[in-house]
Amino acid sequence: MTSLFLFGATEGGLFDFDATLPLMAVQVVLLTFILNALFFKPVGRVVEEREGYITTSRAEAKQKLAEVQRLESELKDQLKAARQAAQKVITDAEQDSEKLYKEALALATAEANASRESARREIDSQRDSALTQLKEEAEQLGNLIVDRLLAAK
Amino acid sequence: MGSFPFFLPFAELEVGQHLYWQLGGLRIHGQVFMTSWIVIGALLALVVAGTKKMERDPRGVQNLLEFLWDYIRDLARTQIGEKVYRDWMPFIGTLFLFIFVSNWGGALVPWRLIHLPSGELGAPTADINTTVALALLVSLSYFYAGLSNKGLRYFEYYVHPTPIMLPFKIVEDFTKPLSLSFRLFGNILADELVVAVLVFLVPLVLPVPVMFLGLFTSAIQALIFATLAAYYIGEAVEEHH
Repeated sequence: MTSLFLFGATEGGLFDFDATLPLMAVQVVLLTFILNALFFKPVGRVVEEREGYITTSRAEAKQKLAEVQRLESELKDQLKAARQAAQKVITDAEQDSEKLYKEALALATAEANASRESARREIDSQRDSALTQLKEEAEQLGNLIVDRLLAAK
Repeated sequence: MGSFPFFLPFAELEVGQHLYWQLGGLRIHGQVFMTSWIVIGALLALVVAGTKKMERDPRGVQNLLEFLWDYIRDLARTQIGEKVYRDWMPFIGTLFLFIFVSNWGGALVPWRLIHLPSGELGAPTADINTTVALALLVSLSYFYAGLSNKGLRYFEYYVHPTPIMLPFKIVEDFTKPLSLSFRLFGNILADELVVAVLVFLVPLVLPVPVMFLGLFTSAIQALIFATLAAYYIGEAVEEHH
């Protein structure tokens, strides 16, 4: 039953080469083409599509993240500028009102001084004119007295 | 074997017996083709089932196929190089899958329970015709790869780095298919024989670790064959500077 034909067997044996060899080669070549069409190409397409999808998604996400960070810093800058502007407006307004107050105060003081000065000047001039008049009248009176006295003599 | 006191239906050793089919004037080994068709059928069934409805989020068999595809791509890419590995990936992959499924089929399926008039079913790779056919295909492939990529400059490889290498390189062209085919054939046949002899001598328990070793050897041999085929093709298309 068991036969261990090795080399040199006329019928059968381990090294029995025949048409099995070329037919098996043809079969494997055919299998290569079939597997290429049914397996390697479609699976390769799917895997590479997915790899491409992942790459583009990652790139997109990175781009979006950068955009978000840019916008965020821009907004921060804007917020800072707005704060500064508001602060400036407040300071300006304070300064303005201070200035206005001071101006108004100065104006009022000046006016008051001026009116006081003019009043004093008027008083002085009136007093002077009154004194002059009095002097003149006194002189006339004196003259009159002198004239009368001289005439009576 | 009939003279032994015990007799098990799967404990017969029939080495070197073949089921001959006549095909016109040609004689072929029927048992080899029967198992190779089963192997090819299993491969095609797996591939068709896995690629029927492919999605971007893989599910079921698609995962397995993508894993295999990735594995074969890495193998081909590391051995052949980035430039031309795509052209040879189907060939390398087919060699790997065919040999792997053949070896594991031979080791896992109890073929001996199916009785043939002559010879017995087993891994197609345990027949020298199959392994020599595969090895010669590899030889043709690397010649074709070298010539189609570099034209006649391919033959510079024979005198690289010095013309002293010429006889060795020529001998290599014969030893490459020889070693490829005999390594695969010897390993798979030896594994089948060891299991058969052990089953014949000690039918219980003892053959099991050897069977596991056989599974390991089978996988390694498929990997070795595919890797070496890819390496030879990569060597042929490599540019010398």
